[in-house]
Amino acid sequence: MTLAEILTSLFPDGHEVGVADGLVAGHGPFDGKSLAVIGIDGNTPLGIEGACTLAGHVLAVVRAGGDTPILVVVDSDSQRMSRRDELLGLNEYLAHLAKALLLADASGHPTVGLVYGHTAAGAFIATALATRVLAALPGAHPSVMDLPSVARVTKLPLDKLEAMAKTTSVFAPGLDNMVKAGAVHAVLDPETPLGPQIAALIAGIAPDDVRDTLGRDRAGRPQAHAIAARVMREAHGG
Amino acid sequence: MALKPVTFSADPGDQSWYEASARARLAGLLDAESFQEFIGPEQRMMSPHLPLFDLPRAFDDGMIVGRGRLDGQAVLAAAQEGRFMGGAFGEIHGAKLVGLLRAALAEAPAALLILFDTGGVRLQEANAGETAIAEVMRAIAQVRAAGIPVIGLIGGRAGCYGGGGLIAGTCSRLVVSESGRISVSGPEVIETNKGAEEFDSRDRALVWRTMGGKHRRLLGGADAFVGDTIGAFRDAALTQIAKAPAFDLATLEAEQARLEARLARFGDCHDATEVWGRLGVNDPDAVPGMTTEAFDALLARLPEAPHDAR
Repeated sequence: MTLAEILTSLFPDGHEVGVADGLVAGHGPFDGKSLAVIGIDGNTPLGIEGACTLAGHVLAVVRAGGDTPILVVVDSDSQRMSRRDELLGLNEYLAHLAKALLLADASGHPTVGLVYGHTAAGAFIATALATRVLAALPGAHPSVMDLPSVARVTKLPLDKLEAMAKTTSVFAPGLDNMVKAGAVHAVLDPETPLGPQIAALIAGIAPDDVRDTLGRDRAGRPQAHAIAARVMREAHGG
Repeated sequence: MALKPVTFSADPGDQSWYEASARARLAGLLDAESFQEFIGPEQRMMSPHLPLFDLPRAFDDGMIVGRGRLDGQAVLAAAQEGRFMGGAFGEIHGAKLVGLLRAALAEAPAALLILFDTGGVRLQEANAGETAIAEVMRAIAQVRAAGIPVIGLIGGRAGCYGGGGLIAGTCSRLVVSESGRISVSGPEVIETNKGAEEFDSRDRALVWRTMGGKHRRLLGGADAFVGDTIGAFRDAALTQIAKAPAFDLATLEAEQARLEARLARFGDCHDATEVWGRLGVNDPDAVPGMTTEAFDALLARLPEAPHDAR
């Protein structure tokens, strides 16, 4: 689905969501109240200015109070890779955006991510992965790094990686593999209105971070949950 | 960067942080004999994924977590071993830190310390590592919201790159040494994707002044700059615990203002020396060669201290 199709499905009565320089911001009527929308469109890389702008929108929602949910729609590239972005502290800007979303969620504004295109690496962590519940649409392509880049870094032949990717979800790019890892909670149905599907996700939000139990149940991260639980037990005993 | 000459002191506090292993850093950072590891290497909880790539494993998966005392205060601590897989986040490695942060909510330590030494996500377990980083950031927000400072210490050989840089930006306070490089895309990643004209990764001086500890401290990306000894990191960690900001709207609005002001003031700078000049450093070219003492003196006489809301 395109962003326009998503917004039409979410807000059949209209909305005030706009896109400028690849950044999405606005709101629309939702479930009897308002839904704030931020995000990245058009496979845009996320740099220092974009992260700062989006974080400002999130903090404005928190400052306004209430319980307005925040939808984070994502079709991005990775973080913007440049000398200037790193010189000026890209890690702080991306972390700030993630913290703003985490604060919003903790302050009573449920955060829902919706990946409808690409996203990768630091941009993925700072946006979609910083929401409480992350959904995706079929055809979305979240990843950490594409396989040719993985091949360069790991010095493994690309054809071998491509063959391994068919059977090994833990390193392979793509939506199915991110679902198995527990990073993506649910894949939505583009044939039915998105509003009720998003509302159901918000209604079903768990108080705790359930991604490692999802990863265990879906066999994409077999051990993470057990290891974290074991650390907690050992910290509590002895 | 200036490495400390070899020391013959038996005091672990005098040892080089950069040269030390993760275990040696923990042993020297915390009160003597106080560290108690959770899921120690004897339990052999190793990566289930690395054998697929014919890669060797480590009994601790490059992440050491446990409890100890810092000047008598109960703390939890995690240390990454940069010499194993570049300290990268895999499934077990990341889950140990997630578990430690969740434990902090129940155990309420005086602080949680993270000794970063990482290239970011371990690509052989990329999805597990990436998701673990997201879990770590959520857990840090919860731990900070509970009033427990999360202090990051950065000065290892692998630096603090990729998702590690994002986690660092989520901490309450950061202590760096000159070798404490913090960035998202590493020099090689930028060069591979954008070309050597954008970033020449072999130009080590460029790497240090763009991502190194001095620049991060001057810019406000870190809160304390220390010499390369375990003792210096210990002293700074103690000082920073007491200064940890709350995790609330006021702090994040202050950070928003700080980051917006940085864009307005330095957004057209091409090199760190231009940033330093605008900060009021009279001789920016001299900064990379400064001793810790000279750099401290420089920080003290800058017209304005960097805002450090984070």
